[in-house]
Amino acid sequence: MTETLAEEPVGRVETPDRAARSGVFKRLLTNPLGVAALIILAIVVLAGIFGPLVAPFDPNHADLVNALKAPGTDGHLLGTDSAGRDVLSRLLVGAQSTLLAAALAAIVALLVGLPTGLMAGYFGGWFDGVASWCTNVLMSLPAIIILLAVSAALGRSVWISMTVFGILMSPGIFRLTRTSVQAVRNELYVDAARVAGLSTGSIIGRHILFVVRAPLIIQTSIVCGIAIAIQAALEFLGLGDPLTPTWGVMLNEGFINIYTSPILAVWPGLAISLTVGSFVVLGNALRDALEDSPKVKRAKPVLLTPEKTEMLSLTQPAASDHLLTVDRLGVGYPQPNGKTKTVVSDVSFHVERGEVLGIVGESGSGKTQTAFSVLGLLPAEAEITGGSIVFDGIPLVSAGGERLSQGRLSQLRGKRIAYIPQEPMSNLDPNFTIGYQLVRPLTKVLGMSKRDARGRALELLGIVGITNPQRTFDAYPHEVSGGMAQRVLIAGAVSCNPDLLIADEPTTALDVTVQAEVLELLRDLQSRFNMGVVLVTHNFGVVADLCDRVVVMQHGRVVESGDVRDILRAPSQTYTKTLLAAMLEGKTPMTMLSVPEQETLPAESETEVEAVR
Amino acid sequence: MVSFIFRRLISGVVVLFVVSSLTFFLLYFSATSVARNILGESATQAQVHAKEAELGLDQPLIGRYLNWLGGAIHGDFGASWFTSRPVVESILNRLPTTLSIVLITIVIAAVLATLFGVAAAVRRGWVDRVLQVVSIGAAAVPQFVVAIVLVTVFAISLHLFPATGYVPFQTNPGLWAASIALPIIALAIGTVASTAQQVRSAVINVLSRDYVRTLRSRGLAPREILFRHVLRGAAPAGLTVLSLQFIGMLGGVVVIEQIFALPGLGFLALQSTTQGDMPVLMGVVVYIVIIVVVVNLLVDLAVGWLNPKARVS
Repeated sequence: MTETLAEEPVGRVETPDRAARSGVFKRLLTNPLGVAALIILAIVVLAGIFGPLVAPFDPNHADLVNALKAPGTDGHLLGTDSAGRDVLSRLLVGAQSTLLAAALAAIVALLVGLPTGLMAGYFGGWFDGVASWCTNVLMSLPAIIILLAVSAALGRSVWISMTVFGILMSPGIFRLTRTSVQAVRNELYVDAARVAGLSTGSIIGRHILFVVRAPLIIQTSIVCGIAIAIQAALEFLGLGDPLTPTWGVMLNEGFINIYTSPILAVWPGLAISLTVGSFVVLGNALRDALEDSPKVKRAKPVLLTPEKTEMLSLTQPAASDHLLTVDRLGVGYPQPNGKTKTVVSDVSFHVERGEVLGIVGESGSGKTQTAFSVLGLLPAEAEITGGSIVFDGIPLVSAGGERLSQGRLSQLRGKRIAYIPQEPMSNLDPNFTIGYQLVRPLTKVLGMSKRDARGRALELLGIVGITNPQRTFDAYPHEVSGGMAQRVLIAGAVSCNPDLLIADEPTTALDVTVQAEVLELLRDLQSRFNMGVVLVTHNFGVVADLCDRVVVMQHGRVVESGDVRDILRAPSQTYTKTLLAAMLEGKTPMTMLSVPEQETLPAESETEVEAVR
Repeated sequence: MVSFIFRRLISGVVVLFVVSSLTFFLLYFSATSVARNILGESATQAQVHAKEAELGLDQPLIGRYLNWLGGAIHGDFGASWFTSRPVVESILNRLPTTLSIVLITIVIAAVLATLFGVAAAVRRGWVDRVLQVVSIGAAAVPQFVVAIVLVTVFAISLHLFPATGYVPFQTNPGLWAASIALPIIALAIGTVASTAQQVRSAVINVLSRDYVRTLRSRGLAPREILFRHVLRGAAPAGLTVLSLQFIGMLGGVVVIEQIFALPGLGFLALQSTTQGDMPVLMGVVVYIVIIVVVVNLLVDLAVGWLNPKARVS
């Protein structure tokens, strides 16, 4: 997957600090829900500050003669409650205690969660263990029950209950901080700061707090919302401060009079819901703004120009005599701005029966994307932008025909076309035994009986060189080594006697000694089953070892292709020479080679210039 | 697996011990004027002293704690200071009401949240957008406000359900269902929405795993991959969320029972809080923590059963 990660631009998250600086707020303002939430919160804050000043009546002034007046009578804009107190005035004054309660809970949660989270994440060890255990305990306590006990013991005070509630909410902050710190503490720039002699304190202050800042703001917004709801619930239960007019008390008052005057419950209910909702929406809107991922619309099927259509129809009949023909294939990822980022373009090659074709290139050259196109296993965001793929006379893929191709490919995958992935451990389902994962396709796809499938699976495990097939059969993926897991995956791939095997860097993730064995195994299986093989690799050594022909790719395009001997002996393209030289000089072929290439190669090869474009 | 269960059990007992001890000292340390509360303002000082001696309030706190602990281990939580009825009896009388509401809600939530969450993750598009909007709405309106709206609309205006009261299942199953329908709906709306959100992201996460692609390459049907592999991979996350929702609901039910006048554990908790009936409140806290510990243990076991790797760690 490393390669797809490098190539795949969709869902890329900007480094948080840059995103935070470059107009998170501006993006927030483009979100109508976010703006609405901000406006409502601004009104509540204003009411909290100026409420007592602008309230038309004394919120606690009882006037039994004027009890339960309908809204609009005698200057009572929202009516009066059962004691004749003005509802609007109480609502305005109630905003203050609501906001202060929320702020207190949020501050306590931050004061408790942030430092402990920083320390647990940064230092780990016993402190992390103890803090995490406490967090788990706090999270497994029902908040209201604890708040009941606290109010029974310490009295009915908003401040006490919100302080305790802040502590109960601190695990959210703690976990967030701890995870973020653990993620950054081993980053290179933090190491660099440490080497540069920065004290732990200033590393935390300068680098780590910076990273957790954004998610913390979101979490705090959510804590405020929950705190308001909980505080209102406590007041509703009669556990609030009886002297202050609060929304929860008003709701309770409305609920008592629900038969006679249900409108009384509406105002505080509305105020609570709008405020809580605004905090929740604000948190979500901030998250969206930070994630910087405006909805990527599934691009419309590419409209084929007449020229292109002609090309497609012309190329198809000629293709049928090869096992696999890839013709002018293009793969792209639609971007938020409506453009499509092309990762593979104009790639053509073919594979004969029993032939091994190598696709060579550095990371990001589009070789894996090409392989996934043949399998129909591109990520959902990707689309075929042009060209065609024909397997044994069956057209698999054509531009814009993603649905069609899935239907056809599902008839071939696991029957005639098989796949060996790069990373053995992540490609086995950790929840099922290896035996199950081998047997299931045999029974479901190939229709074997359970007994036959079991026998065949054990036999295959023997074929791929596993010494104790029964033990591996019964094992879970995490119980075997990477090399063994790769053998299992190879066994799974060849279990259907495929005509075509797509191997995506099958040895990259393995130890050097195991690599040689797996290559030997692949060579052996290839001749045993007479398969056509597409071998994706960045390693010319592997190519020289196994392949008959080779395709060299760079920047999503084919640079050069031909017989392996010819290309190894006399590479015509400079890029191929650079790749070969890199291998021969013992450098890691994974490194990007574009820098030397541009220096030594001023527009010499047109293909490359086009590809860079 | 045995040592896994054993470790979880030990951890649960430690949590129970720590939480109940802390609660005990918190509650009893402050219970100073309770004798006067029980007897009323007209009681003489001598009567108050006699009552305090009767309740054991004149003994040192640590002795009372050990006394309570000794009883609690044998399932004896003392008697209510106000009614003198055994605490355990009051709790066991009220437990079925609360459990029937909470358990039915959690089952409904599990089923609906899985359906909606998986649909939103797999289909994306409009299903996903509806889920997003609904879950924001459900998060915005607190459960007890939802409950009040439900009472007003469906019980008071439309007379479809009884507004308050509880009918035991044994008395009349039909009326029992009607009496708990609104409370369950009030609890379920928010629970379903937020659980569905979590299920959605868990399913999206598993769908993007390498092994799902490899399973597809083997020719397995999408349905088989979704229901056997993806759901199983996402289940631990879903179960964890459900257990947190369940715990939250044990608190939320206090308000719900108040609104619908249901004689459950939450009602008892609130009553003992307002009275200052410490033995009863203490018993309720211990019972609720026991329920929490058992639920967490069950979820851990289920996750261990679903995910062989979790058994090791």
